[in-house]
Amino acid sequence: MNPAGYAAQVRRAWAIARKDIHIYYFKGPVLIFGIFMPVFLFLAFLMGSRQLPLSFLIAGLVGMTLFFSATAVSPAIFPWEGSAKTLERLASCPITVEAIVLGDMIASTLFGIGITLITVIIGMALGLSLLHGVTLLVAILLAACCFSAIGMLLAVPPTNVPSNIMMLSSLLKFPLVFISGIFVPLEQMPSWGLALAVCSPLTYFTDLVRYSFTGSHFFGVWIDIAALGVFMVIFTAGTMYLHKRTMPKRM
Amino acid sequence: MSDAIEVSNLTKTFGPTIAVDHISFSVREGEIFGFLGPNGAGKTTTTRMLTGVIPPDEGTALVLGFDITRSPVLAKQGFGVVPETSNAYTDLSAWENLMLMGDLYGLPRSRSAERGSELLDTLGLLERKDQKVQAYSKGMKQRLILAMALLHEPGLLFLDEPTSGLDVQSTQMILALLRDLNRAGTTIFLTTHNMEEANRLCHRVGIIRAGKIVALDAPEKLKTAIDRVHKIEVSFDGKVPGDAIARLEGVISANQTGDKWQITAENRDAAIRSLVTFSHQNGAKIVTLNTLAPSLDDAFLRLTQGAHP
Ligand SMILES: Nc1ncnc2c1ncn2[C@@H]1O[C@H](COP(=O)(O)OP(=O)(O)OP(=O)(O)O)[C@@H](O)[C@H]1O
Ligand SMILES: [Mg+2]
Repeated sequence: MNPAGYAAQVRRAWAIARKDIHIYYFKGPVLIFGIFMPVFLFLAFLMGSRQLPLSFLIAGLVGMTLFFSATAVSPAIFPWEGSAKTLERLASCPITVEAIVLGDMIASTLFGIGITLITVIIGMALGLSLLHGVTLLVAILLAACCFSAIGMLLAVPPTNVPSNIMMLSSLLKFPLVFISGIFVPLEQMPSWGLALAVCSPLTYFTDLVRYSFTGSHFFGVWIDIAALGVFMVIFTAGTMYLHKRTMPKRM
Repeated sequence: MSDAIEVSNLTKTFGPTIAVDHISFSVREGEIFGFLGPNGAGKTTTTRMLTGVIPPDEGTALVLGFDITRSPVLAKQGFGVVPETSNAYTDLSAWENLMLMGDLYGLPRSRSAERGSELLDTLGLLERKDQKVQAYSKGMKQRLILAMALLHEPGLLFLDEPTSGLDVQSTQMILALLRDLNRAGTTIFLTTHNMEEANRLCHRVGIIRAGKIVALDAPEKLKTAIDRVHKIEVSFDGKVPGDAIARLEGVISANQTGDKWQITAENRDAAIRSLVTFSHQNGAKIVTLNTLAPSLDDAFLRLTQGAHP
């Protein structure tokens, strides 16, 4: 098998993903954060807004869980490995920067999906009925890939100080949640708000989740899926391109 | 193809510092090449460019026949690296680190496991293979990193000061392994400060100073080229006329210390011959005769201090 070919590189990316999961995700604090986040989000939403039905809230909850879990750990991996010098080890191995990024994305995608399924299960345990299961699965899969690409995009500035990156990524992540139709339904948004909302991939994911549980949606299902797909491709290609350029600066 | 590494005009600058300044050299297949130089000379920077960790600003490097910037994956597939700073994953065990390497080099798991146990056994780490690397001593970490570099049986091995800070036992273990590997055909590119190590191990050495190569030759030749005057120590079983020794052919000066004569010679061969004739003529037997070899340390100091070309 050609070591530089796609098949070999994807297998090596998988090795990176397994390493990430082992080292960064299977850690007590990370798992506790991952499991408690959906629980606390539910509590906060349920206590905060009794007038809104759970069937509306679930979309925002699932959206936030997936977005925050898929972008929680990955921005810090390069800074961590840069300062621990293990990144230098990877850089001298026969694996491309793209494959390393893909590996990190796979790990955060799997983590995001796992934690989000917990949220969905809690929602269903609270009496929500899932109308379109396949749509929800496709949506979660696509959005998880898309959000993990965003997570890696946040890691592009070549610093080896994890806290810098965490700060920066919080600064960018929270505004994105506010413009994505989670706290204010898209129907009630002013036109400038809507103009912002269409720029966020989280909007389309939330719309799909809402459709899966309630049958109603703001955009069409296919528009949502296509938008998520396009965002995913752009973010993935962008993050790979940028990391390829900044990688030498980390060494 | 007989050159494992071919470097031409390789250059790297960090802001105002020219870390590596248009260097060219090649490393033949099957040899142990020592890369020497004082602190900050550019050894690590060169090694990192050759191993594809940082891109050169100028120049090219062919490693195992592949251009390291154009076909990095194919080049990297063929060599192993022991970097300057130890860098195994400390949250993983030695075994997990090795298996990760196996996966990254595309080895089947069974092969990785076989090679892994073999190497850990050779390097004396087999009993602690399931312990996290966090708990390893410096010497153990370094041996593990060597094992990680060797897992895929590379034909070329880069080592950046592999024995710095290690005790005699770990050092000997690593050097013995390097010698065995080389005997089995592995080309070795070794960066070191330790002249003694380079002298004993390397077929050829390159000396770099302030980013430029100042010498490139076999250690023995380098030493003799630098030290143009030779020292010979001789003692006789009887008294001999001292001023006669100083006038012998090839001898520059002779001083007596204790029962020995310290002789400085221009031409070692001629001096020894005339000493033998001299002992015949004077009826004095030679008890000891030593040629004091110039040390690589001397050669290194002269080269890197700029006293000689
Ligand atoms: N990442 C970097 N950023 C800025 N300057 C650097 C960087 N890496 C190396 N340098 C500079 O390049 C020069 C060569 O450094 P290098 O590490 O290659 O030396 P070395 O020969 O390996 O030294 P040592 O024997 O101390 O390991 C030094 O002046 C160093 O300060
Ligand atoms: Mg160095």
